[in-house]
Amino acid sequence: MGVLKEFWHRLGSPRWFYAISGPWAVAFGLLAAALLLVGCVWGLGFAPPDYQQGNSFRIIYVHVPTAIVAQSAYMVMGAAGLILLVWRMKLADMALACIVPFGMSMTALALFTGAVWGKPTWGAWWVWDARTTSMLVLLFLYIGLYALRQAIPREETASRACAVLAVVGMINIPIIKYSVDWWLTLHQPATFTLTEPPSMPPEMWLPLALNVVGVYCLFAANLLGRLRVEILRRESGTSWVQQLVRSNPA
Amino acid sequence: MSFDSVPEFFAMGGHGLYVWLCYATSLVVVLVNVLTVRHQRRAAMRELADQQVRAGAGGAS
Repeated sequence: MGVLKEFWHRLGSPRWFYAISGPWAVAFGLLAAALLLVGCVWGLGFAPPDYQQGNSFRIIYVHVPTAIVAQSAYMVMGAAGLILLVWRMKLADMALACIVPFGMSMTALALFTGAVWGKPTWGAWWVWDARTTSMLVLLFLYIGLYALRQAIPREETASRACAVLAVVGMINIPIIKYSVDWWLTLHQPATFTLTEPPSMPPEMWLPLALNVVGVYCLFAANLLGRLRVEILRRESGTSWVQQLVRSNPA
Repeated sequence: MSFDSVPEFFAMGGHGLYVWLCYATSLVVVLVNVLTVRHQRRAAMRELADQQVRAGAGGAS
Protein backbone atom coordinates (compact mmCIF):
# COMPACT_ATOMS: atom_id res chain seq x y z
CA MET A 1 0.00 0.00 0.00
CA GLY A 2 2.82 2.38 0.91
CA VAL A 3 4.40 2.05 -2.54
CA LEU A 4 1.07 2.65 -4.27
CA LYS A 5 0.38 5.72 -2.17
CA GLU A 6 3.78 7.15 -2.95
CA PHE A 7 3.26 6.50 -6.68
CA TRP A 8 -0.11 8.27 -6.49
CA HIS A 9 1.45 11.32 -4.86
CA ARG A 10 4.30 11.38 -7.34
CA LEU A 11 1.82 11.36 -10.23
CA GLY A 12 0.98 14.87 -9.03
CA SER A 13 4.42 15.97 -10.20
CA PRO A 14 4.70 16.45 -13.99
CA ARG A 15 8.48 16.77 -13.61
CA TRP A 16 8.76 13.30 -12.07
CA PHE A 17 6.41 11.85 -14.68
CA TYR A 18 8.44 13.40 -17.51
CA ALA A 19 11.65 11.93 -16.10
CA ILE A 20 10.40 8.35 -15.84
CA SER A 21 8.13 8.17 -18.92
CA GLY A 22 10.74 8.55 -21.68
CA PRO A 23 12.04 4.95 -21.76
CA TRP A 24 8.47 3.62 -21.33
CA ALA A 25 7.25 5.52 -24.39
CA VAL A 26 10.09 4.05 -26.49
CA ALA A 27 9.55 0.51 -25.15
CA PHE A 28 5.80 0.58 -25.82
CA GLY A 29 6.40 2.01 -29.29
CA LEU A 30 8.86 -0.73 -30.25
CA LEU A 31 6.62 -3.43 -28.80
CA ALA A 32 3.63 -2.05 -30.72
CA ALA A 33 5.57 -2.03 -34.00
CA ALA A 34 6.73 -5.64 -33.54
CA LEU A 35 3.32 -7.00 -32.46
CA LEU A 36 1.33 -5.19 -35.16
CA LEU A 37 3.77 -6.22 -37.89
CA VAL A 38 3.62 -9.91 -36.94
CA GLY A 39 -0.16 -9.78 -36.32
CA CYS A 40 -0.95 -8.14 -39.67
CA VAL A 41 1.36 -10.36 -41.77
CA TRP A 42 -0.02 -13.45 -40.05
CA GLY A 43 -3.61 -12.30 -40.38
CA LEU A 44 -3.28 -11.26 -44.02
CA GLY A 45 -1.20 -14.13 -45.36
CA PHE A 46 -1.26 -17.11 -43.06
CA ALA A 47 -4.56 -17.33 -41.17
CA PRO A 48 -7.01 -19.66 -42.96
CA PRO A 49 -9.95 -18.04 -44.83
CA ASP A 50 -13.35 -17.97 -43.10
CA TYR A 51 -15.70 -20.74 -44.28
CA GLN A 52 -18.55 -18.25 -44.86
CA GLN A 53 -16.87 -14.90 -45.56
CA GLY A 54 -13.77 -16.12 -47.41
CA ASN A 55 -10.93 -13.60 -47.31
CA SER A 56 -12.91 -10.45 -46.48
CA PHE A 57 -12.91 -11.65 -42.85
CA ARG A 58 -9.22 -10.60 -42.68
CA ILE A 59 -10.52 -7.09 -42.04
CA ILE A 60 -11.20 -8.36 -38.50
CA TYR A 61 -7.48 -7.99 -37.71
CA VAL A 62 -7.65 -4.21 -38.03
CA HIS A 63 -11.34 -3.63 -37.24
CA VAL A 64 -11.63 -5.36 -33.84
CA PRO A 65 -8.38 -4.08 -32.22
CA THR A 66 -9.10 -0.45 -33.21
CA ALA A 67 -12.72 -0.69 -32.01
CA ILE A 68 -11.60 -2.18 -28.66
CA VAL A 69 -8.89 0.42 -28.06
CA ALA A 70 -11.26 3.26 -29.03
CA GLN A 71 -13.52 2.24 -26.15
CA SER A 72 -10.67 1.55 -23.71
CA ALA A 73 -9.17 4.95 -24.48
CA TYR A 74 -12.53 6.50 -23.66
CA MET A 75 -12.64 4.62 -20.35
CA VAL A 76 -9.15 5.87 -19.44
CA MET A 77 -10.36 9.37 -20.32
CA GLY A 78 -13.45 8.97 -18.15
CA ALA A 79 -11.26 7.81 -15.25
CA ALA A 80 -8.94 10.79 -15.81
CA GLY A 81 -11.99 13.07 -15.78
CA LEU A 82 -13.12 11.64 -12.46
CA ILE A 83 -9.61 12.00 -10.98
CA LEU A 84 -9.50 15.59 -12.19
CA LEU A 85 -12.88 16.44 -10.64
CA VAL A 86 -12.04 14.79 -7.30
CA TRP A 87 -8.29 15.42 -6.81
CA ARG A 88 -7.60 18.21 -9.36
CA MET A 89 -4.49 16.43 -10.57
CA LYS A 90 -2.73 18.36 -13.35
CA LEU A 91 -1.61 15.21 -15.11
CA ALA A 92 -5.22 13.94 -15.32
CA ASP A 93 -6.25 17.04 -17.27
CA MET A 94 -3.29 16.62 -19.61
CA ALA A 95 -4.23 12.96 -20.15
CA LEU A 96 -7.82 14.00 -20.88
CA ALA A 97 -6.60 16.32 -23.63
CA CYS A 98 -3.96 13.93 -24.99
CA ILE A 99 -6.24 10.90 -25.41
CA VAL A 100 -8.81 12.72 -27.57
CA PRO A 101 -6.95 12.73 -30.93
CA PHE A 102 -5.90 9.09 -30.66
CA GLY A 103 -9.32 7.91 -29.51
CA MET A 104 -11.06 9.92 -32.20
CA SER A 105 -8.85 8.50 -34.95
CA MET A 106 -9.31 4.92 -33.71
CA THR A 107 -13.11 5.30 -33.52
CA ALA A 108 -13.22 6.76 -37.03
CA LEU A 109 -10.97 3.94 -38.26
CA ALA A 110 -13.18 1.26 -36.66
CA LEU A 111 -16.28 2.81 -38.26
CA PHE A 112 -14.53 3.02 -41.64
CA THR A 113 -13.20 -0.56 -41.63
CA GLY A 114 -16.61 -1.70 -40.37
CA ALA A 115 -18.31 -0.02 -43.34
CA VAL A 116 -15.83 -1.51 -45.81
CA TRP A 117 -16.32 -4.93 -44.23
CA GLY A 118 -20.09 -4.47 -44.21
CA LYS A 119 -20.33 -3.95 -47.98
CA PRO A 120 -19.26 -7.47 -49.08
CA THR A 121 -20.69 -9.15 -45.95
CA TRP A 122 -24.04 -7.47 -45.23
CA GLY A 123 -24.50 -5.89 -48.67
CA ALA A 124 -24.50 -2.35 -47.26
CA TRP A 125 -21.83 0.19 -46.30
CA TRP A 126 -23.86 1.35 -43.33
CA VAL A 127 -26.76 0.02 -41.26
CA TRP A 128 -28.39 1.93 -38.43
CA ASP A 129 -28.12 -0.89 -35.94
CA ALA A 130 -27.26 -0.66 -32.26
CA ARG A 131 -23.53 -1.39 -32.50
CA THR A 132 -22.72 0.95 -35.38
CA THR A 133 -24.93 3.72 -34.01
CA SER A 134 -23.43 3.58 -30.50
CA MET A 135 -19.93 3.66 -32.03
CA LEU A 136 -20.98 6.73 -34.02
CA VAL A 137 -22.09 8.31 -30.73
CA LEU A 138 -18.59 7.54 -29.37
CA LEU A 139 -17.07 9.40 -32.33
CA PHE A 140 -19.33 12.39 -31.62
CA LEU A 141 -18.27 12.33 -27.95
CA TYR A 142 -14.61 12.50 -28.97
CA ILE A 143 -15.35 15.33 -31.43
CA GLY A 144 -17.38 17.10 -28.73
CA LEU A 145 -14.51 16.85 -26.25
CA TYR A 146 -12.10 18.26 -28.81
CA ALA A 147 -14.43 21.12 -29.74
CA LEU A 148 -15.29 21.94 -26.12
CA ARG A 149 -11.64 22.49 -25.19
CA GLN A 150 -11.14 24.72 -28.22
CA ALA A 151 -14.32 26.68 -27.50
CA ILE A 152 -13.58 27.69 -23.90
CA PRO A 153 -10.68 30.13 -23.64
CA ARG A 154 -10.18 29.90 -19.87
CA GLU A 155 -8.05 26.80 -19.34
CA GLU A 156 -9.42 25.80 -15.95
CA THR A 157 -13.06 26.13 -17.05
CA ALA A 158 -12.29 24.17 -20.22
CA SER A 159 -10.64 21.32 -18.35
CA ARG A 160 -13.53 21.00 -15.86
CA ALA A 161 -16.14 21.09 -18.62
CA CYS A 162 -14.24 18.40 -20.56
CA ALA A 163 -13.92 16.27 -17.42
CA VAL A 164 -17.70 16.44 -16.84
CA LEU A 165 -18.46 15.55 -20.47
CA ALA A 166 -15.93 12.67 -20.41
CA VAL A 167 -17.46 11.23 -17.23
CA VAL A 168 -21.08 11.60 -18.41
CA GLY A 169 -20.17 10.06 -21.79
CA MET A 170 -19.07 6.87 -19.98
CA ILE A 171 -22.75 5.83 -20.15
CA ASN A 172 -22.18 5.02 -23.81
CA ILE A 173 -19.47 2.40 -23.12
CA PRO A 174 -21.72 -0.36 -21.70
CA ILE A 175 -24.26 0.48 -24.41
CA ILE A 176 -21.63 -0.27 -27.08
CA LYS A 177 -20.53 -3.41 -25.28
CA TYR A 178 -23.97 -4.92 -24.80
CA SER A 179 -25.54 -3.53 -28.00
CA VAL A 180 -25.03 -6.89 -29.72
CA ASP A 181 -26.88 -8.71 -26.90
CA TRP A 182 -29.67 -6.23 -26.07
CA TRP A 183 -30.88 -5.50 -29.60
CA LEU A 184 -31.47 -7.58 -32.66
CA THR A 185 -28.47 -6.78 -34.82
CA LEU A 186 -26.52 -7.76 -37.90
CA HIS A 187 -23.25 -7.28 -36.04
CA GLN A 188 -21.61 -10.48 -34.85
CA PRO A 189 -21.06 -10.97 -31.10
CA ALA A 190 -17.70 -10.49 -29.38
CA THR A 191 -14.78 -12.63 -30.55
CA PHE A 192 -13.05 -12.61 -27.17
CA THR A 193 -14.91 -13.00 -23.89
CA LEU A 194 -13.53 -13.64 -20.41
CA THR A 195 -15.83 -16.58 -19.74
CA GLU A 196 -15.63 -18.74 -22.86
CA PRO A 197 -12.84 -19.89 -25.19
CA PRO A 198 -12.90 -18.21 -28.65
CA SER A 199 -15.09 -19.92 -31.25
CA MET A 200 -12.27 -19.66 -33.82
CA PRO A 201 -9.28 -21.97 -34.23
CA PRO A 202 -6.01 -20.64 -32.70
CA GLU A 203 -4.43 -19.87 -36.09
CA MET A 204 -7.30 -17.42 -36.64
CA TRP A 205 -7.50 -15.76 -33.21
CA LEU A 206 -3.80 -15.66 -32.29
CA PRO A 207 -2.95 -12.94 -34.84
CA LEU A 208 -6.02 -11.06 -33.63
CA ALA A 209 -4.79 -11.30 -30.04
CA LEU A 210 -1.35 -10.02 -31.12
CA ASN A 211 -2.94 -7.02 -32.82
CA VAL A 212 -5.15 -6.27 -29.81
CA VAL A 213 -2.12 -6.24 -27.48
CA GLY A 214 -0.15 -4.32 -30.13
CA VAL A 215 -2.73 -1.58 -30.47
CA TYR A 216 -2.85 -1.20 -26.66
CA CYS A 217 0.94 -0.72 -26.70
CA LEU A 218 0.48 1.84 -29.48
CA PHE A 219 -2.07 3.65 -27.30
CA ALA A 220 0.32 3.66 -24.35
CA ALA A 221 3.23 4.92 -26.47
CA ASN A 222 1.10 7.59 -28.11
CA LEU A 223 -0.40 8.78 -24.83
CA LEU A 224 3.01 8.98 -23.13
CA GLY A 225 4.51 10.77 -26.14
CA ARG A 226 1.71 13.35 -26.26
CA LEU A 227 1.78 13.78 -22.46
CA ARG A 228 5.50 14.54 -22.55
CA VAL A 229 4.96 17.30 -25.13
CA GLU A 230 2.01 18.68 -23.15
CA ILE A 231 4.12 18.73 -19.95
CA LEU A 232 6.86 20.70 -21.73
CA ARG A 233 4.31 23.23 -22.95
CA ARG A 234 2.46 23.71 -19.69
CA GLU A 235 5.58 23.74 -17.51
CA SER A 236 7.56 25.97 -19.89
CA GLY A 237 8.02 28.60 -17.18
CA THR A 238 9.72 26.25 -14.72
CA SER A 239 13.48 26.04 -14.28
CA TRP A 240 13.65 22.28 -14.93
CA VAL A 241 12.07 22.63 -18.40
CA GLN A 242 14.34 25.57 -19.23
CA GLN A 243 17.36 23.57 -18.16
CA LEU A 244 16.17 20.61 -20.25
CA VAL A 245 15.79 22.81 -23.34
CA ARG A 246 19.29 24.25 -22.83
CA SER A 247 20.83 20.78 -22.64
CA ASN A 248 18.77 19.50 -25.61
CA PRO A 249 19.40 21.72 -28.62
CA ALA A 250 16.78 20.18 -30.94
CA MET B 1 0.86 -19.39 -46.43
CA SER B 2 -2.86 -19.46 -46.98
CA PHE B 3 -2.53 -18.50 -50.69
CA ASP B 4 -1.01 -20.44 -53.60
CA SER B 5 0.39 -17.45 -55.51
CA VAL B 6 1.16 -13.76 -55.14
CA PRO B 7 -1.68 -12.62 -57.46
CA GLU B 8 -4.12 -14.69 -55.37
CA PHE B 9 -2.80 -13.01 -52.25
CA PHE B 10 -3.53 -9.58 -53.69
CA ALA B 11 -6.92 -10.64 -55.09
CA MET B 12 -8.11 -11.94 -51.67
CA GLY B 13 -10.69 -14.14 -53.39
CA GLY B 14 -12.31 -11.15 -55.10
CA HIS B 15 -12.41 -9.07 -51.92
CA GLY B 16 -8.96 -7.53 -52.44
CA LEU B 17 -10.26 -3.97 -52.76
CA TYR B 18 -12.07 -4.14 -49.39
CA VAL B 19 -9.25 -5.87 -47.49
CA TRP B 20 -6.41 -3.72 -48.84
CA LEU B 21 -8.40 -0.51 -48.44
CA CYS B 22 -8.84 -1.29 -44.73
CA TYR B 23 -5.19 -2.15 -44.16
CA ALA B 24 -3.91 0.87 -46.11
CA THR B 25 -6.21 3.26 -44.22
CA SER B 26 -5.18 1.76 -40.89
CA LEU B 27 -1.50 2.18 -41.75
CA VAL B 28 -2.06 5.83 -42.66
CA VAL B 29 -4.00 6.54 -39.43
CA VAL B 30 -1.30 4.88 -37.28
CA LEU B 31 1.49 6.76 -39.08
CA VAL B 32 -0.32 10.10 -38.71
CA ASN B 33 -0.64 9.48 -34.96
CA VAL B 34 3.05 8.59 -34.62
CA LEU B 35 4.34 11.44 -36.80
CA THR B 36 2.08 14.04 -35.15
CA VAL B 37 3.72 13.40 -31.78
CA ARG B 38 7.19 13.69 -33.31
CA HIS B 39 6.28 16.91 -35.08
CA GLN B 40 4.67 18.42 -31.97
CA ARG B 41 7.67 17.50 -29.83
CA ARG B 42 10.10 19.19 -32.21
CA ALA B 43 7.87 22.26 -32.53
CA ALA B 44 7.57 22.56 -28.73
CA MET B 45 11.32 22.22 -28.24
CA ARG B 46 12.01 24.87 -30.91
CA GLU B 47 9.44 27.21 -29.39
CA LEU B 48 10.93 26.81 -25.91
CA ALA B 49 14.47 27.39 -27.23
CA ASP B 50 13.30 30.55 -29.03
CA GLN B 51 11.69 31.79 -25.82
CA GLN B 52 14.99 31.35 -24.02
CA VAL B 53 16.92 33.20 -26.70
CA ARG B 54 14.42 36.09 -26.52
CA ALA B 55 14.56 36.12 -22.72
CA GLY B 56 18.37 36.01 -22.84
CA ALA B 57 18.55 38.89 -25.35
CA GLY B 58 16.11 40.93 -23.25
CA GLY B 59 18.22 40.40 -20.16
CA ALA B 60 21.45 41.46 -21.87
CA SER B 61 20.23 44.77 -23.29
